[in-house]
Amino acid sequence: MSELKLNPYFGQYGGMFVPQLLVPALKQLEQAYVDALEDPAFHAEFQQLLTEYAGRPTPLTLCRNISPNPLVKIYLKREDLLHGGAHKTNQVLGQALLTKRMGKKEVIAETGAGQHGVATALACALLGLKCRIYMGAKDIDRQQPNVFRMKLMGATVIPVTSGSGTLKDAVNEAMRDWSATYDSTHYMLGTAAGPHPFPTIVRDFQKMIGEEAKQQILQAEGKLPDAVIACVGGGSNAIGMFADFIAEEGVKLIGVEPGGKGINTHQHGAALSTGSYGILHGAYTAIMQTSDGQIEESYSISAGLDYPAVGPQHTHLQQTGRAEYVAINDDEALAAFQQLAKSEGIIPALESSHALAYALKLAAQATEPTVLLVNLSGRGDKDLAHVHSVLAGGSL
Amino acid sequence: MKRYQQMFNRLNSEGRGAFVPFVTIGDPTSALSFEIIKTLIDAGADALELGIAFSDPIADGPTIQGANIRALAAGVTPAISFELISKIRAYHATIPIGLLLYSNLVMARGIDNFYAKAAAAGVDSVLIADVPLHESKLFRQSAVKHDIAPIFIVPPNVDDDDLREIASYGRGYTYLLSRAGVTGAETVAAMPTSELIARIRSYNPAPPLLGFGISTPAHVKDAIHSGAAGAISGSAIVKLIEQHQNEPATLLAQLKQFVSNMKAAT
Repeated sequence: MSELKLNPYFGQYGGMFVPQLLVPALKQLEQAYVDALEDPAFHAEFQQLLTEYAGRPTPLTLCRNISPNPLVKIYLKREDLLHGGAHKTNQVLGQALLTKRMGKKEVIAETGAGQHGVATALACALLGLKCRIYMGAKDIDRQQPNVFRMKLMGATVIPVTSGSGTLKDAVNEAMRDWSATYDSTHYMLGTAAGPHPFPTIVRDFQKMIGEEAKQQILQAEGKLPDAVIACVGGGSNAIGMFADFIAEEGVKLIGVEPGGKGINTHQHGAALSTGSYGILHGAYTAIMQTSDGQIEESYSISAGLDYPAVGPQHTHLQQTGRAEYVAINDDEALAAFQQLAKSEGIIPALESSHALAYALKLAAQATEPTVLLVNLSGRGDKDLAHVHSVLAGGSL
Repeated sequence: MKRYQQMFNRLNSEGRGAFVPFVTIGDPTSALSFEIIKTLIDAGADALELGIAFSDPIADGPTIQGANIRALAAGVTPAISFELISKIRAYHATIPIGLLLYSNLVMARGIDNFYAKAAAAGVDSVLIADVPLHESKLFRQSAVKHDIAPIFIVPPNVDDDDLREIASYGRGYTYLLSRAGVTGAETVAAMPTSELIARIRSYNPAPPLLGFGISTPAHVKDAIHSGAAGAISGSAIVKLIEQHQNEPATLLAQLKQFVSNMKAAT
């Protein structure tokens, strides 16, 4: 079979660990992507969808009130204002165009919080693709508004009851479906993880976040930020934000993983903080596992971060020391969620609240003028009922 | 891995094909699993294909997922699985024993360590469901070093370059997929054409065994008629375990009947 066109590895992480049956489908996708990159018509159409449909560029907002330290400025990259309510819309538009280029008419996707499902559903509605979305039964319960949104836009939502009934199991089911349907169907993977070429394609279709933010902050501050901070589940918003800053060595890159009930408990989703590596869903990367190699179930208050692995480029960035990864627990994220609402009039997604919470911690410790850039990857509308019930339960 | 060669030599001289049953080790419990596997051997299995239970078996349909869940719930670990394999090897010295599992179980304590343990337990081949050809180097090198046959999958959409590599790297047998999709008897085997099998065999790979959706004696007969060296049946057997897990005597009787019927079709 033909050789791969792109490097499937980031250092020693990544690869294409899938059944032999799926290799042709992944190679077809890689070829479609490489061809699209060389086609000005593809770039023009993607750009047009991003500006006229999705609402790019998104603003950069300097927080007026939330910084706990007068020395520290906190800027928010407002992906929460993107159509669909999160950064997810960026890359699904790109993948939907690739789907059409491959002549495929159907799409499958997995979703955790429902944000990728919503993004997939809207892109498929717009571009005339038929879609079915696998979602853990437990996630369906905690993300009802997004389930309804997907259905309104014509998607079929398929509950997954196997395993823990969360994102990991939804990915398993989507891969099983794809192994029977790859001829007619594209698997629109939702994050910069999984087998090659997804980590590369998803990063490239998200990297406008960092490119825009860089220009915007240069305009506002006349210099680059001291640190760029983003939450990491699978890692698509973070890699999209980091990509254009990787070469800027003076800029710290900080990924914030879900610490759940504490990374010393088993109830978290901080794969990079565990220092354990293995193969899940097609990539060799940081994963949560037992000593036997069984995958552990992750936990987070935020469904979008509730995943026991991470995209391979993040593992590489951690190993090379270029990026730092920290954990923020549920309570800290909930506090930041409320604080941003009260001080700035912005209700962030619980996912993004993790990144903000860490920025607030850093800000409190700063002893010299500091500029922090936080990726506000999504809005919190989808989390209202869940946060309301948690707060009413008195867990804060 | 010479046990496969001996098995195919014997079958060739008998003018028959191989019947290879699959079960997950430790399904539904270690103790009953040992009885199950002995029954498969006694009923006429030519070789065994055994799964080590994994938390996320993405190439398996609901039936074999269930087997993985039952074995894990019964506390069956890779270490316990190897103990059980050693007991099976002690029970039968010559039957080829193949392992079918997922890459993370092989990686967890080091690839070479895994193959060393497999060899010590008496395993003849290892098939890793989520390691395709181009990621297989470290795995197949370690396998060969420990005299274990690395098994490769030939999907229906295989091209000539892959066939050439499979013929060159594979040992023991070649796993021929009857169809796309995941394991399961819900979607029956699509019989490969004799032309496809002839094309595959022209590269001179290890003998091809047909798997996925093989659940009746007619499937076995058709597989061999198309030119396969035998057939592998998993979900149909695991389904019997699922149905009769709480009535061991019935279960073993039914398994015996099933395997002898399937073997009779070879």
